[in-house]
Amino acid sequence: MSLATAAAAAEALPSAQRRLLATAGVWIILIAAPFWMPLVGGYTDLGTRVIVLGLAAMSLNFLLGYTGMMSFGHAAYFGLGVYGAGLILKDVTASTPLALVAGTLLGGIAGVVFGRLIARTRGVAFAMITIAFQQILYYVAYKWNGVTGGFDGLRGFVRQPIHLGPLVLNIRSNDLVFYYFVLAIFALAVGAMGLILRSPFGRTLLAVRENQRRARFLGIDVNRHVWLSFSVSAFFIAIAGALYALLNNFADPSSMYYVLSGQFVIMAVMGGMRTFWGPLLGAAVFVVLQNYFSSITLNWLFFVGLLFVLVVMFFPRGLLGIFQRRRAA
Amino acid sequence: MTAMLEARGVSKHFGSLVAVRNVSLSVAKGELRAIIGPNGAGKTTFFNLITGFFAPTSGEIVFDGRTVSGLSAEQRVKIGMARTFQITEVFPELSVDENVRIAAEVTAGHALSPWLSALQERGIDHTVSDLIARVGLAGKADRPVGELAHGDQRAVEIAMALALRPRLLLLDEPTAGMGEQETHQIAGLIRRLHREESYTIILVEHDMRVVFHLADRITVLDQGALLADGTPEEIAANRAVQEAYLGKAA
Repeated sequence: MSLATAAAAAEALPSAQRRLLATAGVWIILIAAPFWMPLVGGYTDLGTRVIVLGLAAMSLNFLLGYTGMMSFGHAAYFGLGVYGAGLILKDVTASTPLALVAGTLLGGIAGVVFGRLIARTRGVAFAMITIAFQQILYYVAYKWNGVTGGFDGLRGFVRQPIHLGPLVLNIRSNDLVFYYFVLAIFALAVGAMGLILRSPFGRTLLAVRENQRRARFLGIDVNRHVWLSFSVSAFFIAIAGALYALLNNFADPSSMYYVLSGQFVIMAVMGGMRTFWGPLLGAAVFVVLQNYFSSITLNWLFFVGLLFVLVVMFFPRGLLGIFQRRRAA
Repeated sequence: MTAMLEARGVSKHFGSLVAVRNVSLSVAKGELRAIIGPNGAGKTTFFNLITGFFAPTSGEIVFDGRTVSGLSAEQRVKIGMARTFQITEVFPELSVDENVRIAAEVTAGHALSPWLSALQERGIDHTVSDLIARVGLAGKADRPVGELAHGDQRAVEIAMALALRPRLLLLDEPTAGMGEQETHQIAGLIRRLHREESYTIILVEHDMRVVFHLADRITVLDQGALLADGTPEEIAANRAVQEAYLGKAA
C-alpha cells in the first residue's frame, strides 16, 4: 500500500477508531522490535536508544506541539536526569530504581524552578531563556570536576539488576531484558502523558497553543498553564535522561548541550509535532540515520539535515502529519 | 430595575491623547445596550475599559454593585463578565465541540483537572451540546472552527462566551466584516439571547440597522465623550447625534 492510499484509508475511519488502530499498531511494532529489527540490520540496543530518545522528543513535544512553546533548552532537564541517575549509581547506592527516581526528580524539579521564570516570557525571549538556563547547567557539569567528572564525564557506574521479590530482572547484561524494561517505563510515561493531554487540563494547553488572548478571556491563567506544561515536560524528559544514563553506563556534558536540545526539536518537528507518536517516529528516523551514516562518514549530520529540510519543505506537518486529517490553515 | 453595570466618570488617557473623557452610563439587568459612535469616538477603548483589557485613568466601573476597575480580565470573567472580540478569537485547529468544551470545563472549575468523573463528564457533554445547538451549529460540532464560515465562527465565539455562564455579555462589533446573510444570522442569535434567554448584553456595533433593530437603549460616544443616551427613538430624533453621526452618513 502506498503512503497516499494508506493516508486516504486512515482518513476514511472515524477519529476514535483511527486513534485506537494507530496506538495498537505502534505497540505491536515496539513489542516485536527485538525480533524484526535484526532482519533489517538493527540490533536491540539501537531499539532501546530509539525508545529513550523517542520519549525525550515526545516530552519536549508536550510543550512544543501541545502548548505551542518553543524550548531550545530541554537537554538541560534531560541531562540532569542523566547525571542524577549516574551519581546515585556511582556515589550512593547500586539501585537502578533509586537512580531512575533521583534522575527524574532532579530534572523535573529544575524544570519547575526554571520554568517559573521562563513561563513569564513568550516567543523568541522564551526560546532564548531556555537556552540560557541550559548553558548555565552545561557549564556547571563541564567545570565541576569533583562531582560530575567535568569534560571527561561520569564513569565507573553500571546499571544494576532489579530485584522484584524472587524475580531478578537482569537488565545489566541481558540486552533484551533491558529493552523491555525501558519499554515498560516508556509505556508508563507516555500513558500518563496521553491521559494528561486528553484531560480538561490538557485541553487548556491546546487553548493556550491556539490563541492565548482567547484563553485568557475564558479565565485561563496562561502563565500558570505554560509553567505547568513546562514542568510536566521537564519531568518526562528527565525520565528519558535517567534511562539514557542506564543505557550508556556513562554521563557526560554533551547530554546537556544545546546541540542535543536542537536534535530533540528536529525529531519532534520531523516526525510531526501535531501528532502524539510523531516525535517517536522522528527519533527513530534520526537514530537510524545517525547510526547508518556515522559508520560511513563523520559528516552524518549533513544527511540528517538534508532529510529534515526535505520533510519540512514537502510535509510541513511532519512524517506522521501525512496521515492526519487535513485541517484548516 | 437594578443596574448590572455602571460606569462612573470613566476616562482613559494614552499620553496626551484623551481617548475616553468622563463617560458615565448605567445598564439595567436584562437590558440590551448598544454603544455607537463615529470612527475614533472611543467606543472600543471604552469597551476595553469595561472588560478589563486596560485600566481607566480615572473613574470607576461597577459590576453588579461591586467595583471592578482594579480587576484583571480573567477575574472579571470569573465574576460573570464574558466578551467576544471584534476580530474573531477562537481556537482554529480545534473542533467546535472542543472550543466550547474548553470554555465549559474552565467555567466548571476543571482548568487544572487531570481527569473527570463519569458524572462530571456527562454534565459537560450536556452543556456543550446544548450550547452548540443554541447557537445553531448542531450539525457542525466535529468540524475544525478554522474551516467554518465567518458567521459560524462568530457563533462559536458566542457559544464560548455563554459557556462562561455570564451575567453580562459584552459583544465587540459582532457583525464586523460580515455579509448580509451572516449579519442576519448573528443579529437573530443576539435577539434570541436577549428576548428569550434574558441575557444582559452590551454591544458595540457600527451597523445601524442591527443597532436600531436590537437595542433597548443606545449610548452615543463622540470624540471620547458621551453625546447622548436614550431609546432608539430618542436617539434617532436627537439633533446632536444627527449632526455628529447620522448627518455625516446621510
